[in-house]
Amino acid sequence: MAKRDRLSGNEAVAYALRQINPDVFPAFPITPSTEIPQYFASFAANGQVDTEFIPVESEHSSMSAAIGASAAGARALTATSSCGLALMWEELYVAASNRLPVALALVNRALSGPININCDHSDSMGARDSGWIQIYAENNQEAYDNMVQAFRIAEHKDVRLPVMICQDGFITSHAVENITLLEDEEVKGFVGEYEPEHYLLNPECPTAVGPYSVTDYYMEAKRAQAEAMKNSKQVILDIAKEFGEMSGRNYGLFEEYRLDDADYAVVMIGSAAGTTKDAIDALREQGKKVGLLKVRVFRPFPAEEIAAALSNVKAVAIMDRADSFSDHGGPLGAEVMAALFRARSQAYAINIVYGLGGRDVRVEDMEQVYEELERIDKTGETGDTYRYMGVREQA
Amino acid sequence: MAADLEKLHLRAPWQDLTTGMMIHEGGTSAEFNTGEWTAVKPHVKEEECRQCLLCVQVCPDSAIPYNGNERVAVDTKHCKGCGICAHVCPFGAIEMEGF
Repeated sequence: MAKRDRLSGNEAVAYALRQINPDVFPAFPITPSTEIPQYFASFAANGQVDTEFIPVESEHSSMSAAIGASAAGARALTATSSCGLALMWEELYVAASNRLPVALALVNRALSGPININCDHSDSMGARDSGWIQIYAENNQEAYDNMVQAFRIAEHKDVRLPVMICQDGFITSHAVENITLLEDEEVKGFVGEYEPEHYLLNPECPTAVGPYSVTDYYMEAKRAQAEAMKNSKQVILDIAKEFGEMSGRNYGLFEEYRLDDADYAVVMIGSAAGTTKDAIDALREQGKKVGLLKVRVFRPFPAEEIAAALSNVKAVAIMDRADSFSDHGGPLGAEVMAALFRARSQAYAINIVYGLGGRDVRVEDMEQVYEELERIDKTGETGDTYRYMGVREQA
Repeated sequence: MAADLEKLHLRAPWQDLTTGMMIHEGGTSAEFNTGEWTAVKPHVKEEECRQCLLCVQVCPDSAIPYNGNERVAVDTKHCKGCGICAHVCPFGAIEMEGF
């Protein structure tokens, strides 16, 4: 029986982790993800989990310890944000290339500088090419549900890749929402026991993890890694289906909100999608055909699926909560535009950077985005396809 | 699990290599000729050697093997040429060649 409660996003993820009862959880605190290991440490102290909780001296160490534990055969994870993720940079690649199914509860926060503790996606977007699966949440319920699904995806024999479960710093991590929780036994049954085929602590089979690969082998290793990411797409869908059957909550690679007959669409990631849905509802009342495509899975990137979902729109705004400083657009903009180009889309497309460092996004802001898309469609003038929203400009 | 190791060869397509390039067998470093990393090698002047075995103990790479109480020929396939053996030898019996 499902249970209703009210929890912050951090509490929800910590709750999921208690139910998952992982083997090893090394952690170092950083705002706004600190509460995840903090709540979990109390579960460990109270004997509610069997987990080896390791307070380490840095994020470089927390990811290293998670990697070591995973290589040894344990189900391991850690949590972090922002500069903590940056300090893990080297280890992120090590986890992915050694094909270790580590999980990371990431609470998205702006990277310095200027130093800022609030939400944007610059931390995880910087890690987008590290070989991790990345799954994002709009709200606390999704953060909880994604965490429950994480290890099943990562540990699948066709995948064996680490997975990053992302949610928006403060906006979901600290805001309390109504949430539906699964029973402990349901989560236990869904996640199951981790039984790796090969692991360091197996005395029957001595194993070397992460041996040096000379030029003759490195590229084959990367090609195999690329295949695992390719495979993960179907696995993510299969696990989501199974999760839906258990919970009644259904997930895909992305969510389409009133997109079916939409002329004007927004593509975005994370909590601002909730704001956009309100703007859509208001504009639909006025007869405007507007919709949203909310990306849940950014790695692997569902390029063909997104292009197909946008095949009938006249104009699309891709919203990036991180800039690439490429003078060309943000990371989501680059991916979606490439997907549209490959699908020979004729839609007008603009890329808008918004919400950096926790800058608020209002319903009116999103209504204006749709107004702008309509103007572009009517005039055929896109203007600058790479622009900022919600920033003070000289008059 | 030796079969897995046999997959790791220069003609193996990427599909046949082990996940994450893991090696599922012990002691395989002996098969890798790391001695080619250096041109500097110890040369033992056998007539000076008193078989004290100090060099055997200090070699960081176990590249100076022994049999019973007797040092045997330096394993040049794994010697990295660090020269510690030459430095500790009390009798000046080891010279580094190739400098």
